Amino acid sequence: MTEIAAFFDMGGYAAFVWPSLGLTLVIMLGLLLQTLRQLRVRQRRLADLEAQGAQRFRRQPGAQTSTTGRQS
Amino acid sequence: MTRKRRRLYILSAALLIFGGAAALVLTALDENLDHFRSPTQLIAEPPAPERGIRLGGLVEEGTVERSVDGLSVTFRVTDLAESVAVSYTGILPDLFREGQGVVTTGSLLPDGTFAAREVLAKHDETYMPREVVDALKASGQWRDDETGHSESLTQ
Amino acid sequence: MHRFANPARFTRIADRVLPFVAVAALASLGIGFYLALFVAPGDYQQGESVRIMYVHVPSAWMAMFIYVAIAVASAVALVWRHPLADLAAKASAPIGAGFAFLTLATGSLWGRPMWGTWWEWDGRLTSMLILFFLYLGHIALMHAFEDQQRGYRAAAVLALVGVINIPIIKFSVDWWSTLHQPASVLRLDGPTIHASMLWPLLITALGFKLYYLVLVLLRIKSELIAARLRALDLAKLSAT
Repeated sequence: MTEIAAFFDMGGYAAFVWPSLGLTLVIMLGLLLQTLRQLRVRQRRLADLEAQGAQRFRRQPGAQTSTTGRQS
Repeated sequence: MTRKRRRLYILSAALLIFGGAAALVLTALDENLDHFRSPTQLIAEPPAPERGIRLGGLVEEGTVERSVDGLSVTFRVTDLAESVAVSYTGILPDLFREGQGVVTTGSLLPDGTFAAREVLAKHDETYMPREVVDALKASGQWRDDETGHSESLTQ
Repeated sequence: MHRFANPARFTRIADRVLPFVAVAALASLGIGFYLALFVAPGDYQQGESVRIMYVHVPSAWMAMFIYVAIAVASAVALVWRHPLADLAAKASAPIGAGFAFLTLATGSLWGRPMWGTWWEWDGRLTSMLILFFLYLGHIALMHAFEDQQRGYRAAAVLALVGVINIPIIKFSVDWWSTLHQPASVLRLDGPTIHASMLWPLLITALGFKLYYLVLVLLRIKSELIAARLRALDLAKLSAT
């Protein structure tokens, strides 16, 4: 058996070793990706809501407009 | 009493109550977990025949005999004090060998032998490269007892 | 302690610390797994199946460590009402559940060739399964209530009730006759793992710990934003 084949064979235990390593990778990577995606979604929602809030504040009659006098 | 201190007391009381509950859980667990008996226990308190129980210990050196067709095997399980004869037909785990720990499930026959339905190998907590073990064996330092395995296997 | 309660402050500190912890985690995991797969020898009796140890043992350690962390956070939340404590608990539970699952799955894959069975109701395996269920219960409680505060409270209570399971897991192999062997690392007489395997194990375990740190910091940051979003939603509702 070549060295690479021997490595993948894991002494005959390949069917147990590789799925173990694979599962670990899937779970740890999966948790990381889910965390990052959820964070990004929430950050975007927060940015949107805060922008909306700022818009509403500027639309109110009698409220101060920005110094550049921009319309929302 | 400050609110924080009252919360602390409530928490402590709760923990004590839960400690009591935990003791109950442990007892319940204890009765429902898979335990195994040692040969000494089996001989001292034989269970009713045909009742399924587990027997654990070491495979006694020199006692493994396989049948002609290779499907059945008999061997003795020992805890270094007593031993019990076991008969089994079926696949044995990779680690099964003389001197290795075993946990078998089966029933005690009237003649005092154990008819096993399942044989599992139990290994000890030692992890070593093959080369190191060989070197230790060569220099005569590989464990004091004849079985070459740690005491934990006889529990 | 309440110094860190300020969300903006926590997020600032977390953002500054995260890059370093992330790099450290990647380095430990990279080095650890390289050693585990290419440098460490096979075991004299378990052969190459011992490679599973390098994911099974760190997962088990993390599953238990994270639960203790959640229990501590729960006690802090219940007694001192520190606002970040509940968030830390909520953020940690899914990670702990993941590691508990990995412990059971990789243990099963390891047990089949070595012991001859995928599963056994012995003290160690059963209590680890209970730990996994505790994690699921904790996550469920966190999400079960309209009022998030009630979820925090219920989950905190569950976490503290269940913490008795941790010493049970640890000492199960000593208290009961178990198929699972006794401890090889954390024991009074010193480790029974040869150095050539122990070091890759410890380095990998460190990587797992740092990975948890990265994830929990990110998730707390995320929970802080979620809490802010809930507050804003409530403000909008009451404003209309």
